[in-house]
Amino acid sequence: MNLTLILFIVLASVAVASAAGLLVSRNTVYAALFLVLNFATVAVFYLLLGAPFIALAQVTIYAGAIMVLFLFVIMLLGSEKLPRGQALPWQRPMAIILAAVLLAEAGFLLFQRLQLTASLANPEASVNTTETLRTLGMTLFNQYLLPFEVTSVLLLVAMVGVIVLTKKEKGEQG
Amino acid sequence: MAQTIPLSYYLAISAVLFAMGALGVLIRRNPLIIFMSVELMLNAANLAFVAFARSFGVLTGQIFVFFVMTVSAAEVAVGLALIIIIFRNKHSIDVDLMNSLKG
Repeated sequence: MNLTLILFIVLASVAVASAAGLLVSRNTVYAALFLVLNFATVAVFYLLLGAPFIALAQVTIYAGAIMVLFLFVIMLLGSEKLPRGQALPWQRPMAIILAAVLLAEAGFLLFQRLQLTASLANPEASVNTTETLRTLGMTLFNQYLLPFEVTSVLLLVAMVGVIVLTKKEKGEQG
Repeated sequence: MAQTIPLSYYLAISAVLFAMGALGVLIRRNPLIIFMSVELMLNAANLAFVAFARSFGVLTGQIFVFFVMTVSAAEVAVGLALIIIIFRNKHSIDVDLMNSLKG
């Protein structure tokens, strides 16, 4: 058992444990922090996969910007602790069964195509990180320049939409 | 450092995280946590993208992940704004109360 595999197993257990923490925690702030931990472990997965740009974008965009936005809204609404509502009686078992079915389907596909994944399992031994970043930048700004620019329009539309949505009407109190 | 972890391990962890996200959407009734579970599912899909990109030796998967991140940032901003409006109108964000389209 080599070092990379040990690192992978530790990271995988942290990722699954933090996802479980997100599912069970009653306090919304704790749930958000569990999700930050999950995003950080996935960022390390990206580093293991030789994708440093995506790893850092993950940390800054997801763990940084998006989760801070979540924490802002949680604290703004004061909804850290929601009272335990009247749960639908069949909701929990039904949900667990459906999620298990989804996982079983994914596992079935994975093992059925094991031949395919096994043949893909040996990518080149070492990745030249600098070269990867260079190629990524060239591809993004040449071949995918139009989608990249459209993304900026999308972000602008989202920003305007949020401002319009949350703007108080004239004369509205509160 | 040599890449010694099979692709299938990454796909397995991605599938597990996706299933847990789906479970979170189904069992939790706090819309903020439902939303976070959706983010978890997006993240699991991104992990599969990057793993496949590495396996095939192409960078297109990473570029797609970058676009997914941007779209999810926009989606989170709009979704949280909607949650704030619902809270303003109903003074609660329990999903059970969101059963009518009128304000």
